[in-house]
Amino acid sequence: MSGADILFYILAAIILGSGILSVTTRHIFRAAIFLLFSLIGVAGMYFWMQCEFIAAVQIVVYVGGITVLIIFSIFLTQQAGEKLPEQTMGRQLFAALAAFCGFAFSMLHILKHSFSGTSKTATEPTVVNIGNHMLGIEQGGYALPFEVVSILLLAALIGCIVIAVRSKTPTL
Amino acid sequence: MMQPGLYHILFVSAALFFIGVFGFFTRRNLITMLMSVELILNSVNLNFVAFNKYLWADKLDGLFFTIFVIAIAAAEAAIAIAIIINLSRNFQSIDVEKTDEMKF
Repeated sequence: MSGADILFYILAAIILGSGILSVTTRHIFRAAIFLLFSLIGVAGMYFWMQCEFIAAVQIVVYVGGITVLIIFSIFLTQQAGEKLPEQTMGRQLFAALAAFCGFAFSMLHILKHSFSGTSKTATEPTVVNIGNHMLGIEQGGYALPFEVVSILLLAALIGCIVIAVRSKTPTL
Repeated sequence: MMQPGLYHILFVSAALFFIGVFGFFTRRNLITMLMSVELILNSVNLNFVAFNKYLWADKLDGLFFTIFVIAIAAAEAAIAIAIIINLSRNFQSIDVEKTDEMKF
């Protein structure tokens, strides 16, 4: 077992362990921190697959952006140190059962299916290749989706301001 | 233990997906539900990158889908948090069972 294999199992343990803790802990702030570790583990998995650019985007956007946004919204909406209310046993039991059945079902199908890949020479996922393809307008280029996503981001930001802005006259 | 390959990564991402589904079913607080959705989106991204690397290494389409999913997830999180802050201002709570009115 080489070092890369050991690294894979460590990363998988980090992702799944902190993911489980993130959805089961009753402290909402701890849930956010465990989510942060899970996202860092996913970024490490991208590094393990040698997609450095995606790993960098994951760290910048998820770890640096979304988690900080979630922590700020926890500060704005929750009382400090307050635990989430206890959950009913039946709901947890049925949710665990549904999740486990779905997991077993999809894993059975994945293990039965034999994937056949291409044998063409690999395109290295370097930043130069990604940039050339992403802004290319020839066959297989992604210039149009790129523009659509930028319009979507602009619309989302304006929508956030419209939703969250405090109106001058009190509503209550 | 075998050499980690596509099936191992698919196992991890399927497990992460259903951890997110479990959290989405059990949680009743809007912020923790949003966290579960982030876990689900991350498992999908992991799948895209793994398929791109192990099956269609001559193309980069999986990486582009991952990048677009990350961008849309960022927009979704921003909108969701704006809605959550607005809710907590109007209801003094972000529990989904206490927010039962759409309009004042």
